[in-house]
Amino acid sequence: MKNICKIIKKTQLCKEVFDFEVEFSHRPLPGQFIHVLCGDGVFLRRPISICDYNEGILRFSFAVRGEGTKRLANHNEGDMLDILGPLGRGFDTGKSGEGTAVVVGGGIGIFPLYFLSKRIKTEAILGFRTKDAVIMEDDFKSVCSAVHIATDDGSYGFHGLVTDVLQGRLEKADVTSVYACGPMPMMKEIKRITEDMGIFCQLSLEQRMGCGIGACSVCVCKSKGEYKKVCQNGPVFNAREVDFDE
Amino acid sequence: MNDIDLTVSIAGVTLKNPIVTASGTVGNGWEISRYYDLSELGAVCVKSITLNPREGNRPPRIAETPSGILNSVGLQNKGLDFFLKNDLNNLRKFDTKIIANISGGTIEENCEIAGRLGNEVDLIELNVSCPNVKQGGIAFGTNPAMVKEITQRVKDKCKVPLIVKLSPNVTDITETAKAARQGGADALSLINTLIGMKIDVNTAKPVLANNIGGLSGPAIRPIAVRMVWQVACCTDLPIIGMGGIISGEDAAEFIIAGATAVAVGSANIVNPAAGLEIKNQLTDYLKRKGIQSVSKLRGTVKIN
Ligand SMILES: Cc1cc2nc3c(=O)[nH]c(=O)nc-3n(C[C@H](O)[C@H](O)[C@H](O)COP(=O)(O)OP(=O)(O)OC[C@H]3O[C@@H](n4cnc5c(N)ncnc54)[C@H](O)[C@@H]3O)c2cc1C
Ligand SMILES: Cc1cc2nc3c(=O)[nH]c(=O)nc-3n(C[C@H](O)[C@H](O)[C@H](O)COP(=O)(O)O)c2cc1C
Ligand code: FES
Repeated sequence: MKNICKIIKKTQLCKEVFDFEVEFSHRPLPGQFIHVLCGDGVFLRRPISICDYNEGILRFSFAVRGEGTKRLANHNEGDMLDILGPLGRGFDTGKSGEGTAVVVGGGIGIFPLYFLSKRIKTEAILGFRTKDAVIMEDDFKSVCSAVHIATDDGSYGFHGLVTDVLQGRLEKADVTSVYACGPMPMMKEIKRITEDMGIFCQLSLEQRMGCGIGACSVCVCKSKGEYKKVCQNGPVFNAREVDFDE
Repeated sequence: MNDIDLTVSIAGVTLKNPIVTASGTVGNGWEISRYYDLSELGAVCVKSITLNPREGNRPPRIAETPSGILNSVGLQNKGLDFFLKNDLNNLRKFDTKIIANISGGTIEENCEIAGRLGNEVDLIELNVSCPNVKQGGIAFGTNPAMVKEITQRVKDKCKVPLIVKLSPNVTDITETAKAARQGGADALSLINTLIGMKIDVNTAKPVLANNIGGLSGPAIRPIAVRMVWQVACCTDLPIIGMGGIISGEDAAEFIIAGATAVAVGSANIVNPAAGLEIKNQLTDYLKRKGIQSVSKLRGTVKIN
């Protein structure tokens, strides 16, 4: 649904990442997203994951990438935002099994995983470019039983990829589900790893969007040989059903 | 509240108001009907239908450009049978007219679709102008002789009035407009998207996987208004005008230029309730201007 929402809190998490809390009356599910009008001069809405929801307050965080996110970041506390949502299909927490659930996030992919980690018991593996880009570590620590950080340049935590950390973590055979969001190469590798080990895995995919509600067919990804709409059939898909071979 | 007469007639089909959805921007109505009652619209025009399901182009299929959208969906749809079995029954629940936009790759395919639609819909819109498919589409739409032939042959199979949707990717749109009229079109709709391209200067790669796509939105509005005006000057066929309409005043601009009805496209993609809002704004505009009936506004442009 369309909502005009007041920004009640704005913080900067690191150089290019902002965190907003807005008044929002619809209760979302982890993995769903909102579609936001960014401001003058930006025509299309931009999709942003829901990072948290608590008693009428919705939290989302975003990195400044281009014109849209730049305009969005110019908003201040007290300003109003035109937001569609909550949209899309979120994570399926019913199939996570008896064992440990692990969330794996790369960069801006970590945001929807925080909301999920508040709902089910998880361990987190979070990847960032470098130490200065590490964000939300304390947030995840407060809700996860363990948090592993990896950086591409080794300036903080494990030196390497989150997929290496995941592979190591899976050697203990207690993990029964993996939920991931991040860059395509990372998700492709996680699909491979979890498939090989027969572990339930869901991925939250990104695609450039138009309407965000399933009406315009621009936001597709290949799933079981056909194009599915990320905004409507996803953004969360079972890893087994995603075809990465494009 | 409505003492203003909004009804218009397209080739004998009465629309309760001149606001129509533009093909491809609201799917087949399912999603936007959760945002407002489709009975508020004059007509719903559905996503282009092809005989068989079409998977469409590779993503990314969309890019934002100054005041506009580039898209390269490539006519992804589930095919005629699916439309007849599923989408149509849902649309019939609403008190609005149904326009089936058809986009076959060959003349024969279009004839077959038109024939099988019969009078299950209120109007058929023949898309001879899609820039996102290699075969058919724009290949028909830019050649007046082809436009005349395809119109003639499809019209022959139509049990309901036929609208021909014109391409703006031509030197002189009045030629294709006249060709469609000679072929027997009952109405014209214009404009489809203009072919465009966007390149990411950091990677030197086109942003769309298809390299090129169709440009829509406010960026194309002045071109669309000009073309509607030119076509209105050269034919007496009713026109459904479209291209960048995002407000009631934009709708009024097309009607003043000569359109009988208007279609809202890209605006739906930004705001699912755009159709309803634009209808209300157009009503306010007419009230403000003291115009009792929207048909009195049509073609009132005072040329200098
Ligand atoms: C379901 C979903 C959830 C998302 N959640 C978040 C989030 O929580 N936080 C966050 O920071 N970002 C998120 N994104 C990505 C965010 O939507 C894009 O970064 C944003 O649209 C960029 O807009 P822009 O105008 O600033 O940049 P543009 O100028 O449009 O693009 C800048 C760069 O961003 C990339 N990009 C643009 N649009 C998208 C897109 N839809 N998906 C992926 N990459 C894109 C482009 O390839 C380009 O390199 C999400 C995307 C989706 C689809
Ligand atoms: C995402 C998208 C998909 C479209 N798909 C179709 C289509 O399937 N068939 C068609 O005839 N026109 C299609 N169009 C063109 C629109 O119907 C309309 O002619 C054009 O967008 C101009 O109007 P607008 O500026 O209001 O969007 C599409 C446009 C967009 C933006
Ligand atoms: S963005 Fe329009 S269908 Fe997904």
